[in-house]
Amino acid sequence: MNLDLLVLALADGLSYAGLLFLVALGLTLIFGVMGILNVAHGSLYAFGGYTAASLSGIAIQWDPSTVLLLACLPAAAIVVGVILGAALEIGLLRRVQRGDAVVPLLITFAAFMIFEDLQKLLWGTSPYSAPEVVTRLGTIDVAGGTFNCYQLLLIPGVALAAYVLLEFFLKRTNLGKQVTAVTHNREVATALGINAKRIGLVTFVLGAVLGALGGALAAPTTSLLPGVGTDTIVLSFAVVATAGLGQITGALIAALLIGLARSVAVYMAPELEVVVPYLIMVIVLLVRPNGLFAIAQARKI
Amino acid sequence: MMMIRIGIAVAVAACLALGLAVPWIKTTVIVGVCYALAALGVTVLLRAGQISFGHAMYAIIAGYTVGFLARAFPQLDGLVLIFAGTLSSLLAGAVIGLFVVRYRGIFFGMLNLAISMVLYSLASKLFDITGGSDGLRITRPALLGYEFERAGFESAMLVLTLVCALVLGWWVQRYFKSAAGEALAGVKTNETRLEYLGLSTYRILWNGYVLSAGLVGLSGSLFAVVQGLVTPELGYWLRSGEFVFIAILGGASHVLGAFLGTFVFECVRLVAAAFLTGVWQMLLGITLIVVILTAPSGIAGLLRLHTIRVARQTA
Amino acid sequence: MNPLVRTEALKLAFGGVVAADGIDFVLHEGERLAVIGANGAGKTTFINICTGFLKPTSGKVYFDGRDVTNLVPREIVRLGLGRSFQLPQLFLDHTVRQCLELAAAGRSNKLGWFAPLSAVVNAGEVDHALELVGMRERANDPASTLPEGQRKLLDVAMALMLKPKLLIMDEPTSGVASEDKHELMATVMRALEERKVTSWFVEHDVDIVSRYATRVAAWIAGKIAADGPPAQVMASPQVRREVLGIS
Repeated sequence: MNLDLLVLALADGLSYAGLLFLVALGLTLIFGVMGILNVAHGSLYAFGGYTAASLSGIAIQWDPSTVLLLACLPAAAIVVGVILGAALEIGLLRRVQRGDAVVPLLITFAAFMIFEDLQKLLWGTSPYSAPEVVTRLGTIDVAGGTFNCYQLLLIPGVALAAYVLLEFFLKRTNLGKQVTAVTHNREVATALGINAKRIGLVTFVLGAVLGALGGALAAPTTSLLPGVGTDTIVLSFAVVATAGLGQITGALIAALLIGLARSVAVYMAPELEVVVPYLIMVIVLLVRPNGLFAIAQARKI
Repeated sequence: MMMIRIGIAVAVAACLALGLAVPWIKTTVIVGVCYALAALGVTVLLRAGQISFGHAMYAIIAGYTVGFLARAFPQLDGLVLIFAGTLSSLLAGAVIGLFVVRYRGIFFGMLNLAISMVLYSLASKLFDITGGSDGLRITRPALLGYEFERAGFESAMLVLTLVCALVLGWWVQRYFKSAAGEALAGVKTNETRLEYLGLSTYRILWNGYVLSAGLVGLSGSLFAVVQGLVTPELGYWLRSGEFVFIAILGGASHVLGAFLGTFVFECVRLVAAAFLTGVWQMLLGITLIVVILTAPSGIAGLLRLHTIRVARQTA
Repeated sequence: MNPLVRTEALKLAFGGVVAADGIDFVLHEGERLAVIGANGAGKTTFINICTGFLKPTSGKVYFDGRDVTNLVPREIVRLGLGRSFQLPQLFLDHTVRQCLELAAAGRSNKLGWFAPLSAVVNAGEVDHALELVGMRERANDPASTLPEGQRKLLDVAMALMLKPKLLIMDEPTSGVASEDKHELMATVMRALEERKVTSWFVEHDVDIVSRYATRVAAWIAGKIAADGPPAQVMASPQVRREVLGIS
């Protein structure tokens, strides 16, 4: 296995890791603040992708600039994230009692099933794609391989930017600090006057937008078909569980780990490519049940 | 009590009658009962307050065991195949359970999911061994020595499946009421207490886990033999999710819950397929939400089929 | 006579807090020990360590002559220990009777898969326990419907079903209405006398302590500050000041 191949694999993995991280980020953020593992997150990814593809399809007809085409992606993400996220949180999750980890999960699973059919109703079963933006951004040569700038630079770039901005938001802004407070201890935060309900909604929508953004960014690189949400959500679980539920920086590292490991597998043992993320998840969970970066909490009697 | 017995007798008779009278429905009924058995497996764990998001893996472990054996020894009797499949899932459950039952809640669910996805991915990709996503064909085996034609085979399988359902349903219900079963329910409400009574929650949960694996494995074996095919899809997380769905819908307070839940599940699917094509998942999703919000103990709870009384929370 | 419980230089420190500071402690058979101390003084933590729920930073615990420092609660319970908790630990989805039946199953450690739970335990014993704590009429009620005082009683009754040599009770009368406290303690102590069970209970109520204990240990900041007959300990100025709040 020569160095060139390794670099190729790493470059490949970087893009994949970037997408993984964006989707996992939303999922882990929601869990951290609300204690809910949102199975419907996969639908947000899918809807984000489909909406982005549709939006791009419309925009293309007016011979838009590259910037405009690119702008379709976050626009789609925001629209999907806000509408679906708010609907999910206000319409469903609010009605469920807090504290129970399982019931909200089942509700989001049911919502996921609903969204899957909704997706088929809206976009049908034929593949959707919107590769224009990738072509526009051209290619770049690395270590003898040719990569799309979109995949090698844009996606990881956006992922990194999202990470930095989110960390800044959580640690430096007022609203973000409130979110952090609610994450650590909801009751104390409420006692201090923070409106946990509002924070919950804000966080959920933010997480939904991030999930949809993952889908939107992925749209130009792949064909969208029914089932894309289903595959994505399990993969996100793998990243989030490996990192530790609610761990944001951990998710970044876990996404890199899984993304790069998978890429290496593609080059070295292709049949194992899909197994790698779950294999890593099993190994990590067996050794550190709460994830790599979680802080375990003691029981009290 | 009598009501329940009469109800069961009627249901079994109806299944038989339906299956035998309307040939094309036979397989549907068999598949339905298989689903119910798998949901029963999930219900066992629900009693302990744990939800596995990967139990379908025991279906493919059993299914592929049946497939490999059938391919290697084509003359094996169908009953032997089913037995072997179930045994393999029991063994797998015993081994995997050793690790998995140390976990609770979300982590239990996740670890099961992870292991099932590893197995699913392997089954999908190791084309030379498993036939990849096309799966393995299983030629119709003899049953108890008889070589059946298609129609006869399916009738025989219908009878076999119903017998399995009756026997296991009865036996698992007894398990629920036994010392081991009540202790399993104790895991849900107070593990500390169990430990301070000198009981090992690890052991108790492991026992329940192995049982649940065997149930799902049996359902997978029956399914594989009837369909003549085993594919990786049988172990996909969505399938595990469906088992959980049915178990919650039916309710964990009684074995009948799994069967009632399957019945409703299949009805919704059939109705949707017949009148509202393309939205059966949506209908099921809505049904699940309604049940969770209005009748959290499922249908069995609504019908007051308790073995455990769950008191309402006082305000 | 061998001590039933013995600790040697038992210490538990975490993150700057010393919950148990080098405790040497002995409990003999037949004693009725009351443990008093302010909240956070370390009384429950000490129980948690002695019963295997927490591991000490250093030191040893002996139960009935055996080194149990590294054992888990389940193993120590099998040696003859029963415990009730500050917050009653019941099986809230089960009935009162079933809670006791599960306790009986715990003692026999036989968990069959076939015969119903009620058939494998000694119904007479369960009935007797129900009678003892006066919950005969509530036997088929879910444990979750019980008021606090009865929950505490059930908690103790479950521990008693184990036929332990030592019964540890953590605040058996807290949360119980004052008019019921004495009856509860009298019932329990009577049962313990009958069965010759050594008792160790954490208690805040001075009256209960004086009436039922043969020995009092006062905890202050992770240490046993006073240990002896009730009258003597309750009269100690330090105890009166720092534990009982009487200046």
